[in-house]
Amino acid sequence: MSQRTEITLTVNGERVTRSVEARRHLVDFLRLDLGLTGTHAGCEHGVCGACTVRVDGVIVRGCLVVAASLDGAEVTTVEGLADSGEIRALQAAFVARNAAQCGFCTPGMVMTAADILRHHPEATRAEIREHLSGNYCRCTGYQAIVDAVQDVLEAAR
Amino acid sequence: MNEITIGLSREDLPNSYIGRSVPRPSVAKLVEGRATYTDDVALPRTLHAAFLRSPHAHARFTVRDTEAALRVPGVVRVFTGHDLAALCTPWVATLEHLKGMKSAPQRPLPLDRATWQGEAVVAVLADTRAAAEDGALALDVEWEALPAQTDMETALKPGAVVIHPELGDNLAFRRTATHGDVDAAFATAHRVVEARFVTGRHTGVTLEGRSILADFNRADGTLTVHHATQAPHMIQEVLAQHLGLPAGKVRVVCKDVGGSFGIKVHVYPDEMAVAAMSVALARPVKFVADRFESFSSDIHARDHRILARIAVAEDGTIIGFDVDDLTGIGPYSVYPRTSAVEGNQVVNLCGGPYRFEHYRCTTTVVLQNKAATCQYRAVGHPIATAVTEGLVDLAAEALGMDPLELRRRNLIADDAYPTTSPAGMRFEGLSHHASLDKLLSMVPLDRIRADQAEARARGVFRGLGFASFIELTNPSPFMYGIGGARISAQDGCTVRMDPDGSVVAASGVTEQGQGTEAILAQIVAHGVGVSVGKVRVVTGDTLATPYGGGTWACRGAGIGGEAALQGALALKAQILEVAGAMLQARPEALDVVMGEVVDRATGTPRMPLGELGRILYFRGDTLPKDLPRELVQTRHYITKEYPFAFTNGIQASWVEVDTDTGMVTLLEHWCVEDCGRIINPLLVDEQVKGGIVQGIGGALYEHCLYDEQGNLLTTTMADYLVPMAAEMPEMHVGHVETPTRESLLGAKGAGEAGTAGAPAAVMNAINDALRPLGARVTEQPFTPARILAALGRI
Repeated sequence: MSQRTEITLTVNGERVTRSVEARRHLVDFLRLDLGLTGTHAGCEHGVCGACTVRVDGVIVRGCLVVAASLDGAEVTTVEGLADSGEIRALQAAFVARNAAQCGFCTPGMVMTAADILRHHPEATRAEIREHLSGNYCRCTGYQAIVDAVQDVLEAAR
Repeated sequence: MNEITIGLSREDLPNSYIGRSVPRPSVAKLVEGRATYTDDVALPRTLHAAFLRSPHAHARFTVRDTEAALRVPGVVRVFTGHDLAALCTPWVATLEHLKGMKSAPQRPLPLDRATWQGEAVVAVLADTRAAAEDGALALDVEWEALPAQTDMETALKPGAVVIHPELGDNLAFRRTATHGDVDAAFATAHRVVEARFVTGRHTGVTLEGRSILADFNRADGTLTVHHATQAPHMIQEVLAQHLGLPAGKVRVVCKDVGGSFGIKVHVYPDEMAVAAMSVALARPVKFVADRFESFSSDIHARDHRILARIAVAEDGTIIGFDVDDLTGIGPYSVYPRTSAVEGNQVVNLCGGPYRFEHYRCTTTVVLQNKAATCQYRAVGHPIATAVTEGLVDLAAEALGMDPLELRRRNLIADDAYPTTSPAGMRFEGLSHHASLDKLLSMVPLDRIRADQAEARARGVFRGLGFASFIELTNPSPFMYGIGGARISAQDGCTVRMDPDGSVVAASGVTEQGQGTEAILAQIVAHGVGVSVGKVRVVTGDTLATPYGGGTWACRGAGIGGEAALQGALALKAQILEVAGAMLQARPEALDVVMGEVVDRATGTPRMPLGELGRILYFRGDTLPKDLPRELVQTRHYITKEYPFAFTNGIQASWVEVDTDTGMVTLLEHWCVEDCGRIINPLLVDEQVKGGIVQGIGGALYEHCLYDEQGNLLTTTMADYLVPMAAEMPEMHVGHVETPTRESLLGAKGAGEAGTAGAPAAVMNAINDALRPLGARVTEQPFTPARILAALGRI
């Protein structure tokens, strides 16, 4: 358990090098080693989606990825998407629709929503619901989130 | 029309925010990843706690060796129940007004006996959570499993395992409410219909686990606790009392909270242990429950079995309800609100929307070796509503009457208020008929009934179900205070203007995402006369806010909101007095609109608040000597006329049941509710929708399943199902507004209405779908297996 690995990777466009324990998952790496507290650990067994982040262009469950496997990887978190401006329209739509209440699921939800925008711009409302089904929200009942994503998709068409 | 819409600021003013859908400012930080949850707070020298938890539902244990744990790199200390007994006094969770209630003393960690699987028994502190968990694994604890009492039906029978022998039996509480003569009325009634209802034990599944970071400073004797809680002042009182500290030395800080729903309004033994260990070591100690710990040690709720009867006359008039409720609450009543309140609410609420003469309802609250249950969103309401509305639909079926027609005949008339229910609940003003009318203006009844008939013809079974409900909000001290709990029913708000004309409002109610801070900002902006963007709201800090109760039982808007409004009005009066002196005008001839002092009659701008603030704070020498200078005002508010402000509403659910698989597809859902004055329609609608989905979760998916030995079988999110986006229906929310006359604001609560009514509406919809097949379900959750069993398919 105490075996350590040195990794160098790009997180939100910045190069970082850290020595990590073999068991350190990506969420703990982001939160504890890099101070990126926007990513949340909700279940730590790959179901709730609160830890969703982008690794090499693909969204993954941060709790199911071991940090030691990420040497050379490119990781983007909600902070990165916010800084780059990629999710500006999504953020505005979430605010307008009140698509976040407690907000704990929100960064993961935004990561998944941004993925829909990138890869499924023609998604129907039912398809938006399908895509978001890997991200649990206990507060909103989902409708406002679906509305927000749909607003952004339609505005882009 | 309430004077707030007339006298205070004209409705059409740009700063007339009450009743307007203003986006919630704090969502911006949530979508930036810039919120601050308790686990995001990092303090130097923090130790992280991990707990060894009981693998048995009931067992004696001996901690044989802690040396191996202490040898784990990073581990600093191990605390047993005996260690903590010297640091923290035990508590007994009873309330004096719940007559005859009993429970056993509970400690942060038990001394030698665990009473549910998942109970924390030994704490390990280390420099990281991972090291602490390694340490817990290295503990040597000997377990002697004992017989467990898991079935609530046998908890009071001979041969039951008496969980706390000193109590004599497993009965925690029993109460019967009666009105009229139930036996005689039922004996002579035209029809009596009965059913057995079960509500499944489920839990809140806040995505953020319970979180606490306790920091005792030996130098000044202060304990600062960063805590994900709904009730900071209550936690302050409890910590002070049981750790032997003056309450004034305890500060509870609560920034962002990742979901509460009632889960985070209770005192948890492992969290008390964390605070006690911080005091012992004079260093910060942090604990965040992981998902396994959440499932096995967060409070559960709604574990009820109800036998119930309704008596009706030939014309459909409801004669009475006769209800026998049994609930299992785990091994201890939960501190300090107690675990008898949910059953007590069932007694208070059954039959609530209707006018009838004869009522009998008993709740029997028993102990068992499972996780403790306590107040979870809409406490008791979904149970009482499912029983009431289930029986109403069964009565309609027995009489061959349209269930809507039966409701129309029996719902309390909208002009009958004030009135008192057979259960003794006093209603100031409800709108059942107006709400039903509004609902029927939204639900396309003819299209749905035609669709239903057409679908049935091709073997597809769809159903429409309704559920009227009442909801208890704005609680007075009758909820907890009269029972001896130091839980404030009063709340306060301090409103001040700073030199630049901006306004700060500090409130005792708290924010867990429902939008408390947003509505307080709207109310204060409206009351003072400034742009909502000029108001900052401070909540969740016992050192910085007026004393209050926090957020529970839907009290934030109605009680916290009224305190904020009164504080804002007082500040505005003060501003106008100062402005009058500066402008040599009568204060009554002036007003404040969008941050400017104006002539009330003409609206002509006279002075920006920033200029008034500059002169007052920096050039006070130029003002009359006797002019009051306090641009800060505090007001407190407590309800006095009614113990609770009841709200009401009605829901409709439209579903399809697959009779081959037993799967229920939710097609559409409607809710009309009356929470009095609506402060922010967007946020109220979102509360209702989120509440509906939590109600649907309990009705269809969510279940804390135990085996006969008391092993919890649903300990991961793959086993315990919660609603997902794809399976939730589109929801439509409508409103009727009957403001409470107890306050100027007129607001009642809105956070629990959705949860209160949704399970009953879904149940009635499923049964409407199954009716042609002669099948019926009354046991939640309505899983495919239960539906197939009802259909005789399995």
